[in-house]
Amino acid sequence: MNNSAASTSSGSGDVPAPRRNSNRPKYSRFTQQELPACKPILTPRWVITVFTLIGVIFVPIGVAALMASNKVVEIVYRYDAVCIHGNTKDEKVAYIQNANTSKTCIITLTVPKDMDQPIYVYYQLDNFYQNHRRYVKSRNDAQLKDSDKANDTSGCDPEKTTPDGSPILPCGLIAWSLFNDTYSFSIGNQNLTVNKVGISWKSDRDHKFGDNVFPRNFQNGTMKGGASLNESIPLSQQEDLIVWMRTAALPTFRKPYGKIEQNLRVNETITVIIQNYYNTYSFSGKKKLVLSTSSWLGGKNDFTGIAYLTIGGLCFFLATAFTVVYLVKPRKLGDPSYLSWNRNPSGH
Amino acid sequence: MAGDGLTISREEEEEEEERSLAPLPSSGRHHRRKSSASAASRDGFPNPAHVRHLSRTETERLASSQRELADSNSRIVFIGDPGGSDPRFETPRNSIRTAKYSPITFLPRNLFEQFRRLSYIYFLAIVILNQLPQLAVFGRGASALPLAFVLLVTAVKDAYEDWRRHRSDRIENNRAASVLDPQSGRFLSKRWKEVRVGEVLKVLANESIPCDMVLLATSDPTGVAYIQTINLDGESNLKTRYAKQETMSRPPGEDHPVDSAGVIRCEQPNRNIYGFLGNMEVDGKRVSLGPANIILRGCELKNTAWVIGVAVYTGSETKVMLNSSGAPSKRSRLETRMNRETLLLSAILIALCSVVAICNGIWLGNHSDDLELAQFFRKRDYSDGDDKKYNYSGIGTQVFFAFLMSVIVFQIMIPISLYISMELVRLGQAYFMVRDANLYDESSNSRFQCRALNINEDLGQIKYVFSDKTGTLTENKMEFQCASIRGVDYSGGRVSSRDNGEAHYILAAGKQILKPKMSVKTDPELVRLLKNKGDTEQGKRAREFFLALACCNTIVPLVVDTSDPKQKLIDYQGESPDEQALAYAAASYGFVLIERTSGHIIIDVLGNRQRYDVLGLHEFDSDRKRMSVIVCGPDKTINLFVKGADNSMFGIIQNKVDLSMIDATKANLHAYSSLGLRTLVVGMRELSRKEFEEWQSAYENANTSLMGRGKLLRAVASNVERELHILGASGIEDKLQEGVPEAIESMRQAGIKVWVLTGDKQETAISIGFSCKLLTEAMTQIVINCNSEESCRNKLQDAVAMYRKFAVISPDPFENALTGTGSTKVSMALIIDGISLVYILKTKLEEELFKVATACDVVLCCRVAPLQKAGIVSLIKSRTDDMTLAIGDGANDVSMIQTADVGIGISGQEGRQAVMASDFAMGQFRFLVPLLLVHGHWNYQRMAYMILYNFYRNAVFVFILFWYVLYTAYTLTTAITEWSTVLYSIVYTALPTIVVGVLDKDLSRKTLMKYPQLYRSGQRDERYNLKLFTLTMMDAVWQSVATFYIPYLAYRQSTVDVSSLGDLWILAVVILVNIHLATDVFRWYWITHVAVWGCIGATLICVIIIDCIWTLPGYWAIFKIMGTGLFWLCLLGVIVAGMLPHFSVKALKEYLMPSDIQIAREMDKFRRINAATMEIQMNRFSMLQL
Repeated sequence: MNNSAASTSSGSGDVPAPRRNSNRPKYSRFTQQELPACKPILTPRWVITVFTLIGVIFVPIGVAALMASNKVVEIVYRYDAVCIHGNTKDEKVAYIQNANTSKTCIITLTVPKDMDQPIYVYYQLDNFYQNHRRYVKSRNDAQLKDSDKANDTSGCDPEKTTPDGSPILPCGLIAWSLFNDTYSFSIGNQNLTVNKVGISWKSDRDHKFGDNVFPRNFQNGTMKGGASLNESIPLSQQEDLIVWMRTAALPTFRKPYGKIEQNLRVNETITVIIQNYYNTYSFSGKKKLVLSTSSWLGGKNDFTGIAYLTIGGLCFFLATAFTVVYLVKPRKLGDPSYLSWNRNPSGH
Repeated sequence: MAGDGLTISREEEEEEEERSLAPLPSSGRHHRRKSSASAASRDGFPNPAHVRHLSRTETERLASSQRELADSNSRIVFIGDPGGSDPRFETPRNSIRTAKYSPITFLPRNLFEQFRRLSYIYFLAIVILNQLPQLAVFGRGASALPLAFVLLVTAVKDAYEDWRRHRSDRIENNRAASVLDPQSGRFLSKRWKEVRVGEVLKVLANESIPCDMVLLATSDPTGVAYIQTINLDGESNLKTRYAKQETMSRPPGEDHPVDSAGVIRCEQPNRNIYGFLGNMEVDGKRVSLGPANIILRGCELKNTAWVIGVAVYTGSETKVMLNSSGAPSKRSRLETRMNRETLLLSAILIALCSVVAICNGIWLGNHSDDLELAQFFRKRDYSDGDDKKYNYSGIGTQVFFAFLMSVIVFQIMIPISLYISMELVRLGQAYFMVRDANLYDESSNSRFQCRALNINEDLGQIKYVFSDKTGTLTENKMEFQCASIRGVDYSGGRVSSRDNGEAHYILAAGKQILKPKMSVKTDPELVRLLKNKGDTEQGKRAREFFLALACCNTIVPLVVDTSDPKQKLIDYQGESPDEQALAYAAASYGFVLIERTSGHIIIDVLGNRQRYDVLGLHEFDSDRKRMSVIVCGPDKTINLFVKGADNSMFGIIQNKVDLSMIDATKANLHAYSSLGLRTLVVGMRELSRKEFEEWQSAYENANTSLMGRGKLLRAVASNVERELHILGASGIEDKLQEGVPEAIESMRQAGIKVWVLTGDKQETAISIGFSCKLLTEAMTQIVINCNSEESCRNKLQDAVAMYRKFAVISPDPFENALTGTGSTKVSMALIIDGISLVYILKTKLEEELFKVATACDVVLCCRVAPLQKAGIVSLIKSRTDDMTLAIGDGANDVSMIQTADVGIGISGQEGRQAVMASDFAMGQFRFLVPLLLVHGHWNYQRMAYMILYNFYRNAVFVFILFWYVLYTAYTLTTAITEWSTVLYSIVYTALPTIVVGVLDKDLSRKTLMKYPQLYRSGQRDERYNLKLFTLTMMDAVWQSVATFYIPYLAYRQSTVDVSSLGDLWILAVVILVNIHLATDVFRWYWITHVAVWGCIGATLICVIIIDCIWTLPGYWAIFKIMGTGLFWLCLLGVIVAGMLPHFSVKALKEYLMPSDIQIAREMDKFRRINAATMEIQMNRFSMLQL
């Protein structure tokens, strides 16, 4: 019969003509989610290596940091209590606010260890919230930089203008509250010069504070907050102001006062004449004078070293602990007999 | 969407019931389609042209017998007179507009839509709060930036989509249509958008139809037109439509001016694509119009040279436009769960804010005396000369302000970026799902479709799968397998693997060779019997049997050209796959249906062409469950051929026949249905002239009666269908889709319960259950098919007692290890039918059914109506937390698909209703396995991690801000600049989590497919739960403590300024959270590397840029602090100290308490897959021996 013809024709009938517009997704490793990949797994070896490595890195750093901190010699003297008359807060405030009383206060410091120059002089304020919300906002950066914008005092509440309406420059609470205690140092009869140049950031002097912007109407108000400024010196050279305007992060902070570029020997006695003008008595703030050398890590602070030693030690401990765990309870990785349906066939 | 899908399903419901009650597959199928096309009644009469149209309208399924067209509620269309059409209602032009926005309305409408999300309102409220001068924590620009960014991204996305819609609208609207010009009487070209209701249009072959039109005339003298509705409902079969004879004779146009043309009254526009109701007044005569007289926009004209019609619905009123709407909106479970945690976070947020506010109040109270003079506070403002309080109005107000300000500062505790990240991640996941070559279906050339974009992750948590049977588990491609003639079984074709060449009938017509498109394996003995012209009773009956199969149907044979010019194929176009299968079977046995015209059919009977006049056709209906034709053969005998369901057929057989033959047939039928075949019985009766005339007059009367025609016709049919000779029965295989048994087995192992809900009868359902491995011999079957509430209750109680009994029997670990069900009971299967469900669902018995059904491993519901399907889904949904998935392909599955948590449509043989209502659509049932096990698992895992991570990373940041606030006299100063605060969640840390959310894979596809049990981690909520959330939050608190306090302690009593320390904190936290993410990434692609390390780099660059702006107080701070050793030591210390707990716990947990996923990951990594399988088999083997 037509056997062969039939089968061929049936064949041709069954095979559809090749589709021109097939919707079949084009194959690519990306669309099929088969991109080559690294599949990290926390194998015992990896875990122990990581912990050991961290320990190996952290312990030496911790030791170095502690050593650096120990090398720093620091003299801290709290003078706000000694340099005041009066017992109650009101008496103290009245004393400090009285312009006629003498604010001079003489203290002596003993050098505990040899201090190599440069020796940094800081003042430290406690309990002074330079990060208080209404305080940090009260400034105008445009005014400080640009002499044309001297009248721009927006954002400077409540120190925008003098009572007669003329704009204050530099305006705002921050500038208004500029720290104004002064220190002069001497050893025996010999004065120690304090170099106050270069205590602020160069970037601030160059770009944030204009060299043709001069203070105006500053501290002319009803209430004086702190230091006055010499109106003939441009802002870019008023380094105390520049330092002060870099508001501190925390309520206890230090600000650079100057540098003593002279070595100090152990047991030398330094006499400091302090002009104790700044009013921290109204809010029970402390004032301290700090003389400190520095290290690669900054000032004296044991925390970093201790923290690194702790973390490093902990990592060594964890490395050991994990080794013990791996030895006590060995588990073959990827062993299917641990799969829940193999391990516990009667249910889960 | 939900609305319109339901509308249609309601309409289908009634018919579905019929189908499910009627095991007559052919008519059932046919019937189901009937409503859509109603094309099938090709009855013939001695005077076909005259009677046909009357009868046709009458046999419409949605016949208007019940619904009368109220004049007040109808649309009046004057044919050829667009101006006069229905003055009461403004009808739109034919332009369509799928675009949502216009350039003017875009902004307000898009914003309005976006702000319907509650979370956006929250963020908007915060932005507004921040604008108040008292509360301005951030600069105005900075505070609005995140919200603006999110809004912008969404708006750009929407705008792009809308622009594409605009473009396609424009193309669509400017297509050309030829419209009759009433003046000249000629057809002129006009753009689609200018077509108006009442205008007369001409459409040529292969053109798209511009609007919904009532047919007036076609190129075919009998008024037939063929259309393809693939764009409308996805069915590729040609549908027939008819022009009314009254208008056919004088089509409007050059010869017949339209001045006296008629008036059409029809329904108001509605979205039912399977229904149309109207009438037409022509020359004073009123003729009724039905769905068969209307062609719809979106269809294409095929095999017809031209048609002329009058536009009745245009533009937005066309049925296709009324039916088009977006994807259904559902909410994923993860997102619902996430809302719970969001509430928790809100509580934490409020707690933090309260702490800040209260502390602020206490501080102010303690220092109330000091603040007059304190330089950093200065309560008074002297600048205006008078003494007034500056920005201070009492402790109470300050506390209140502090609270609101802390809400502003800590706002990102509720992660705004999470919402946009989730959308982007889902988009990415959808991209990969759509493009997955494993989800591409070759046969239908269809890709996977993501219609809903917000429930991707639900796919990883499915516990119950509700599946339709026909078209979902099975292919809905019917294949004739067995015949039983006079009780003799001919199943040779089924077993013989050899392709029987003799079966292919080649018809030579001149030089042309005609051949059926598909052939059926034939039984050699039966072929011999037919060939043998000997007039044995058996041979005669066999011939009559196949003759009945060839003519008792509504198939249209189409002759198709092939590549070989001499050869042509006969393609049987029909609406029911069963009928096609029967027609192809008849053709294979030599009874080839060659031609069908309106009044007669031509059948090639074993080489002789014979003409049969079709005198009458009785459609299938649910009462009779059978169909019949009355034909007049070449020998002028008038025969009635009937085919129908066994129970309906055996009721009307001749009483005198020998019972043994009936019993043998019944036995064969039982055997067939046990094999999973769909059965049907064929009978015939010779009508005497007198009987015929009686029938004919009754038929004419019924047809011409105005009221209740359908009922009368049914009565006429029942009257004539009696005293039949049973010729035999056929068995048609409903072929299983590829890979169904394997897919079901995988899902069973994955802990997914598969329930099959079908309209088929119980035996068929059970046999399909066996053939797809859903049921096994080891299972105890509980069958519930009762006719009263009482008996249902008893059965259910028995079942409860039974499973209690089994539950106490000690479990068989081996069995469970094999099946992987992990249950402790003997596996049971519940088989329940629709009638019982009527008594159970929505009554007190529901609870009992729930208990029994959940105790069973398999549930089979047979003969269920569409709403019952939905009822079963909600039975589970309302009582458990378990996720449900419904999968189906037909309109009868729509309600189920919409009820279930996840609805999947099979884009297959049946219409597109299921796909339109679904959340996802795909080509094959077996794709469910990669979809759930692979993509679902990935999606769930990724999304769960991403949500947790976003919570964590924002919490770390908020806590760092909070710790700092404790050292600022509780005044909400932030050391970190406001820009960094704002950019933190949208730039510094956003990209890696999105990349990981889209790309990360915990396990390879191969492993997931190999161990379906891994899917259970999603069902158990292993990746996102309250415990994990709590742990993550504790980790967040620790990391914030480490990040804040290490620099704090290191820089205590130093000269550090606020900006430098802020820069250190922001860098530390960004690096820390990115490293945290890095330790959790499973797979590192180059993209992941770029995202994670790039993000850290980008952060550094941003911080540097911010610190290069001289107007900000932090100018140059980053360079200053980066120049010191302490900065780097702090950074390193923060990262290591912050990561230590996370890393240690992770390492310990992965080692000591490994999850299945972890072990599989290790297997994945060390490529032990093959070895592992061996081991499992070995284990089993050893257990066997034990």
